[in-house]
Amino acid sequence: MRSYNLIVNGKSYDANVAPGTPLLWVLRDTLNLTGTKFGCGMGLCGACTVHLDGEAVRSCQTPVQSVGAKKITTIEGLSSDRSHPVQRAWIAEQVPQCGYCQPGQIMSAAALLAKNPHPSDEEIDTFMLGNICRCGTYQRIRRAIRRAAQGGV
Amino acid sequence: MAVSNRGSRRDFIKAGVSSGTALVIGFFVPTRFAGQDSNSARRDAFKPNAWIRITTDNQITVQVEVPEMGQGPRTADTMILAEELDADWSALRVEQAPVIPQVYQHLSTGGSGGVETAWGYMRLAGAQAREMLREAAANKWSVPKTECSTENSTVIHTPTGRRLTYGQLVDTAANLPAPSKDDIVLKQAKDFRLIGKPMPRVDVPAKVDGSARFGIDVRVPKMLFAVVARCPHFGGKLISFDATAAKAIPGVQAVFPVPPLGAIPNVIYNANCDGGIAVVADSTWSAIEGRKALKVSWDRGPGANETTESLRKMMLQQAVAPPSFIAINQGDALRVFSGAAKKIEATYELPFQAHATMEPMNTTIWVREGTVEVWSPTQIGAILQQEIAQLSGVPADKVNVHMTLCGGSFGRRYQWDYAAEAWQVVREIKKPVQLVWTREDDIQHDFYRQYSYHHMVGALDATGSPVAWSHRVVSTPIRSVFDPPERLKDPRHVAAQELGGADVLPYAIPNFRLDYAPVKSVVPRAWWRSVESSFTACAMECFIDELAHAAGRDPLEFRMRLLQDRRLLRAVMWPDNPPLDTAKFRSVLELAAQKSAWGKPLPPGHGRGIACHFSFGSYIAHVAEVSVDKNGMVQVDRIVSAVNCGTAVNPDGVRAMTEGAINYALTPVLTGEITIKDGAVEQSNFHDYQVLRISSAPKVEVHIVPSSEDPMGMGEPGVPPLAPALANAVFDATGVRIRRLPIQAELLRKSAPDPSATG
Repeated sequence: MRSYNLIVNGKSYDANVAPGTPLLWVLRDTLNLTGTKFGCGMGLCGACTVHLDGEAVRSCQTPVQSVGAKKITTIEGLSSDRSHPVQRAWIAEQVPQCGYCQPGQIMSAAALLAKNPHPSDEEIDTFMLGNICRCGTYQRIRRAIRRAAQGGV
Repeated sequence: MAVSNRGSRRDFIKAGVSSGTALVIGFFVPTRFAGQDSNSARRDAFKPNAWIRITTDNQITVQVEVPEMGQGPRTADTMILAEELDADWSALRVEQAPVIPQVYQHLSTGGSGGVETAWGYMRLAGAQAREMLREAAANKWSVPKTECSTENSTVIHTPTGRRLTYGQLVDTAANLPAPSKDDIVLKQAKDFRLIGKPMPRVDVPAKVDGSARFGIDVRVPKMLFAVVARCPHFGGKLISFDATAAKAIPGVQAVFPVPPLGAIPNVIYNANCDGGIAVVADSTWSAIEGRKALKVSWDRGPGANETTESLRKMMLQQAVAPPSFIAINQGDALRVFSGAAKKIEATYELPFQAHATMEPMNTTIWVREGTVEVWSPTQIGAILQQEIAQLSGVPADKVNVHMTLCGGSFGRRYQWDYAAEAWQVVREIKKPVQLVWTREDDIQHDFYRQYSYHHMVGALDATGSPVAWSHRVVSTPIRSVFDPPERLKDPRHVAAQELGGADVLPYAIPNFRLDYAPVKSVVPRAWWRSVESSFTACAMECFIDELAHAAGRDPLEFRMRLLQDRRLLRAVMWPDNPPLDTAKFRSVLELAAQKSAWGKPLPPGHGRGIACHFSFGSYIAHVAEVSVDKNGMVQVDRIVSAVNCGTAVNPDGVRAMTEGAINYALTPVLTGEITIKDGAVEQSNFHDYQVLRISSAPKVEVHIVPSSEDPMGMGEPGVPPLAPALANAVFDATGVRIRRLPIQAELLRKSAPDPSATG
């Protein structure tokens, strides 16, 4: 076990975990930040997506020791009041069904728009390819990203 | 069919309520049962029945029984109640009803029945409270009740315009006797304010900020995390294991075997756990790492030689062998074939499918102070309570099942294997534990959609009209996974869960035969979104398309002629289900065709296909538009759907369910397949069980037929007609019939038009 200092959603945490533990499980089981989801453990589904210094990463494939001083943002820290444009668009388009994959979808979409504020439909599909939704909300995800990009919420 | 499976799953639910100690009571619930605070009849709240609590601040809390798995009951069922209550929608709070089967009788859901059943009890609950509030206001004002109307959580004295909020009437209303069911007049559809309007889902806000709590998010003090190593070969057994390395993993606390759970006395249905080795640790990751470090020797069991090929061989044999059961033999199809002007034969094969819910299976159990607390993402709260009671020996009323949000279900959470395993671990370790499945566990130890094979024969007369239809269904039946041997001696019982959908042929064909032959398999099977309709509809709607082409006719027009006369058709295997009304079947076909510009020419390499199916009381037609490139890759461009589900309580929910069902059904057509080798599943995660991703999701249009009839199921009916619509579209584009799903690109490669040839 080793102690790692992590900056999550602007707060400093000390996590005592084994080296090699994926960030996903540190967030969920050590820090009790359960908004970030476990879906596949292989970086195949995107449910565990968080931001490291604003970049979307799969936290199940991110060993805790690789985080260093990078700032971690999880779904809980995207905004304090669901006011992030992507969250507002998600509500306006009524995207979620079961909702389990949606934190990952939202974190991916937010990272996409931060980089590319006006993505084409093809760019949306390419960027969001790594996020699986088994309820099949893909059509609404596309609409919500377009809506957030247009600022019309 | 689907409807059929509804029947059968509801049998389980009924059993769950009537067996054991549960007290079955009528509609109106004694106040002492309302909510979990039992006897303390609080003076500051009006609780007319188990579903409603109104407090003096005019806050209304609604208890929704049906578990929320994404299908939207917390919104739709609340709308039904709030409509009759004339509640202010913006001030409603919705809670998951506690698992107290003496009070709540719809705590388990299956067969797309959540809204359909709530339409009865939730309307009555709302109307009962409304009548008591009107009466309370009339008493306060000393006016006739008939002069009092309701809106937005307020009673209005119409002649004077005086108003009292529901909150102001709590004291008075709480002292009134509840009106009897017979004295309650329900609203007419023309007076609806909420029902039929697209309402935002009540669970969405918590699902965009990470605060929604699923089963896997449950945290209790000092809990541990567990995973179980299971024999990859179905029916296999543990021979020995060495846990030395596993125990050396930091955080691992205990490693021990858990026995298989076969037949358990007095449970409603068996958990079907193969047993294995539990690894318990202080984090999920440590448990997973500990499991990786186990050295295990497995006996591969009785199915070690089973493969997809060995199953297919048996399927082909059973397709022409004498049937185990003849469900329908109207006229004499077999005789007509021999003298027909044209005889057409086709086979269709649909493999096992996994549910692959996004939230892996998990359950958290904490034994404390004489109660067993169970947090489980489950479809079967009431059943689960009784099963855990049987398994643990703890009385059911001391087993508190907390039904958490479910991260998808699609039928998977109708099983309770993962909760049973959690109990096995907790019993041994005597500490609170969350048992978690990894994705590999999920893909390799699911209860899969049956593998099925269909042999279809049809005959056309000299004018091109179909005169005979024969459908042989061969499958690995669900029933033999769950039922005791004596039940399995009844071939009708076994066949019923395999023939739904096929047992009600909407098309007027005078000679109709439907029969069944089973194939044995060690692979666990159970209900998968839309159950048998997911394969019977594919065979039926592909084959009617083949008959149309054999007759040289347009597939839509061909269907329409066979639906000309209005008929109400009972499902032979599931006669208690609502009958198929051919007029409704026609109307959705017509609507989908019209909205998709059926008949309008498409560019080369593009194709259009149509299919329709009736399941869970609802009618859905899809028109699929596809394009096939020179490599045989199929792109689904657009799906146009027409839906008749009776009253669309929340039309946006109906749309969402249809979109979702289309996307769910695309996986088995395009990429998804579970294959077997050595009696084990060959796939293990999303790299080899490939599910639909956003780049393959088509444009979807959903058109809802206006209706004021009772609402019918919508969770599943969008699935069955999708595969055949797509297969028919691929034929339209390429001239190649799809005989086996998922579609194999190499079969389409050579037939795709060469763009250089048309120049």
